[in-house]
Amino acid sequence: MNVPLPSAAPLTGPLTVTGTAVSLDGIHKSFGPHVALRGVSLDVRPGEFVALLGPSGCGKTTLLRTLSGLDRIDAGTISIDGTDVSRVSVDKRDIGMVFQSYSLFPHLTAAQNVEFGLRMRKVDAARRAVRVQEALDMVGLGDRGGRYAHELSGGQQQRVALARALVTRPRVLLLDEPLSALDAKVRVKLREQIRRIQRDLGITTVFVTHDQEEALAVADRVAVMHDGVIEQIGTPEELYRRPVSPFVADFVGLSNVLEGVARGTEVDVHGRVLPVLGPPVEGEVSVYVRPEDIAFTLDPGGVDATVVASSFLGSLRRTSVRLTDGTILAVQHDASDRREPDEAVRLGFAGYPVVVRPR
Amino acid sequence: MSRPVGAALGRSGAVVVLVVAAAAFALPLIALLLFTFRVSGDPGALTLVHYAAIIDPAQELTYDGLFRGLSNSLGICVVTVAIVLLILVPTVLLVEMRYPAMRRVVEFVCLLPLTVPTVVLVVGFVPVYKVVSGAFGSAAWTLAFAIGVIVLPYAYRPIQANIAALDVVILGEAARSLGAGVVPTVFRVILPNLRRGILSASLLTVAVVLGEFTIASFLSRTTFQTALFLLQQSDPYVAAIFSLAALAFVFVLLLVIGRLGSFRPSRRTS
Amino acid sequence: MTAASARIATATPRSGAGLLRRRSLGWWGFSPFVVYVLLFLAIPTVYAVASGFFTAKGEFTLANFSAFASPFIVSTFVNSLWLSAVVAVISAVLGAIICMALAGMDPEGWVRSAADSACSALAQFGGIMLAFAFIALMGAQGVLTVWLKQTLSLDLNSLTPNGPLLYQVGGLVFPYVYFSVPLMVLTFLPALTGLQSQWAEAAATLGAPRRVYWTRIAAPLLAPAFGGSTILVFASAFSSFATAAALIDQGGIVPLAIKQQLTSETIPGLANTAGVLALGMVVVMAVVMTVYAVLDRRARRWRR
Repeated sequence: MNVPLPSAAPLTGPLTVTGTAVSLDGIHKSFGPHVALRGVSLDVRPGEFVALLGPSGCGKTTLLRTLSGLDRIDAGTISIDGTDVSRVSVDKRDIGMVFQSYSLFPHLTAAQNVEFGLRMRKVDAARRAVRVQEALDMVGLGDRGGRYAHELSGGQQQRVALARALVTRPRVLLLDEPLSALDAKVRVKLREQIRRIQRDLGITTVFVTHDQEEALAVADRVAVMHDGVIEQIGTPEELYRRPVSPFVADFVGLSNVLEGVARGTEVDVHGRVLPVLGPPVEGEVSVYVRPEDIAFTLDPGGVDATVVASSFLGSLRRTSVRLTDGTILAVQHDASDRREPDEAVRLGFAGYPVVVRPR
Repeated sequence: MSRPVGAALGRSGAVVVLVVAAAAFALPLIALLLFTFRVSGDPGALTLVHYAAIIDPAQELTYDGLFRGLSNSLGICVVTVAIVLLILVPTVLLVEMRYPAMRRVVEFVCLLPLTVPTVVLVVGFVPVYKVVSGAFGSAAWTLAFAIGVIVLPYAYRPIQANIAALDVVILGEAARSLGAGVVPTVFRVILPNLRRGILSASLLTVAVVLGEFTIASFLSRTTFQTALFLLQQSDPYVAAIFSLAALAFVFVLLLVIGRLGSFRPSRRTS
Repeated sequence: MTAASARIATATPRSGAGLLRRRSLGWWGFSPFVVYVLLFLAIPTVYAVASGFFTAKGEFTLANFSAFASPFIVSTFVNSLWLSAVVAVISAVLGAIICMALAGMDPEGWVRSAADSACSALAQFGGIMLAFAFIALMGAQGVLTVWLKQTLSLDLNSLTPNGPLLYQVGGLVFPYVYFSVPLMVLTFLPALTGLQSQWAEAAATLGAPRRVYWTRIAAPLLAPAFGGSTILVFASAFSSFATAAALIDQGGIVPLAIKQQLTSETIPGLANTAGVLALGMVVVMAVVMTVYAVLDRRARRWRR
């Protein structure tokens, strides 16, 4: 049976959901002596797709779980659509949640899994059947309703989990690293499908991941978390081009670290002068420069370096070079520009403002 | 609620259940312990006379059967462990290294004694042992052959778990590529990695042999348990003392086995 | 043949005859195991179940099976089945409650490992030593008996008309439950801890209150494992001999009856009654273990 995948055109009718605003204010959460969240605040606009990004242990999953109600907060308020839900138990918060893995009830078929939330809401059998079929069609599994979890692939299971979470038209959709357990190719396809469905339904979504490429690819805004706080929140472009801290500069995309001397709004890096991103700084600093912002130049004022190795990456090349002081840098450039080991080169910088940190 | 969504009992409920269970299970053991201090005929009094009687040379004859049974059982332990080491371990090795398709068959056979009740087996042991006695005599150690069968499921599991956690084929190939023949591969590479499984299996064997009553009783041999059974009729106090000692000993054995740990495949890292 | 032997075969550059010799030599490696199992497992089992078909002189007959017409033999089987069933049900319920308490504890903590060691030890603590302990507890002069008489004026042993409670078939329930509950905990706890937390959490996010999670999700998922463990306990109680031997003199349950028949034939004209009873036991065990296998397969499908 040929079931069409959800198209880009918005679905109108029974499955349209109006977005609600989500507001987290001053959330504190500790597990024994370990402080997981330190006064985190976050506002999600109606219909927005926000990604919580960070390394393991940064608190992103904890934040999501407090939003869902699965973990209770020590201090702060959580509001959905203007109503304070901080004290509301998880089964009454009207949220949809997709877990990383193994969340489908193994003794029920895919269709029975999807209809579970509708049963809890006492929807009658006829209407349940219609909505379950709609939801399964939406994720492209309309003909697999009778299968059990162990008969479905990892990607299919997550799609059923998505259908199950959305069929009840929750106010907020929460996804806890839903793609981390899947193969790379499946991951890319599925994240696009999730984004498409989210746009079509207009449902406010919070998505947790440790994969920065994933976050940048799907989200409207990304919140980078570190050690229990949000270090920066902004669009993917903002995070990439204007990171506010060395952690963000390093976590999002690749960064080279060089030594420089800062003089107010400028920093001297091996003889070249670059503008400083952020407040003025004085003294010796570490400077963060992206590989694509370094280029090979014939300019006699360029920084001297020797090629160490060069990797062909298909559409571009990444060449590592060593400066006279021993620092190793990665330079990203055109694939046709071949560089041999031990070749002497000169480097120039693109001139974008750079993040600096006092040493 | 303070408890996670999946927990059935709250923290305090769980603690209550466990405390009550621990007390209930301790009760018979405490009763047995108290019993060893009783004076026969006088319910209230306490005495150490039964403990003293064990080492009292004048009473030696009374406990002669018990000590004979104990030494017989130890002899059976030795032979049964030998059976495990010389028959079971090589077979498991052979399966893992050469004939992996036989694994299910060997597993089925080794676990079969769990489903065949011992009392059924002994009906068949009676005629078999008529032959065995003809060949090996009717000393108690010959029981090891029968008890070895009972022990099979208990000894098989730790050895199989241990060997499954190694990748024997790859280890063997690595050793062979470095120039080792089959024998050095087995003795220098494979077996040293099986130490924990073999030790667990051996200790379990000892525990099972010491606790075995049925076969010895049906085949009329003297072992620790049958001697205890007889002793209980004449001197229940000393019988109780030795029962407690045996239980404590087996408990220690099982603790050691527990400490040896479970077997995780070396390949899988978190 | 198999991949492993094929690899070893190709690693040794020998002549074809040499390879062939090598392969068949390998199979001889199983001979000690095969001989041992044949002599001490296969032959005794076959003899035990087949002996019921032969007379004392060795002629094939079905006459021995008229033993099942004897009310004594029938009541023995009924006693055994009843006793095992009662023990299984009681141990299943008590064991499940203890499992629920243990499941909430820290898996790496001391409570769980202590419980694990205790259960392994107690499941092994059968036999006559357990009987002694229960005599010390509930026998004529038992600690509990005396305490009940003094505090509640209740004479435990007057509850049964034929003598002290512990020495009746019904009284066997107490020591049997004692070693069956740990067995239940050992076999059922993995199923309970195998309940993925995501299922409970997903159910909660979908709007299910706790009660609904337990009745609609957890209970169906645990049912096969629970049934399987209960059946294991039944099988273990049914096969048990030593404890009963220490407490009861004559027959009453099948294992004791077998001992009786082997030592003194009580039914004249019928030979090999012990074999007949053994066959009966094997039939019961076969049925029981088949049901177990079905349940276990179902339970495994849902275990991660």
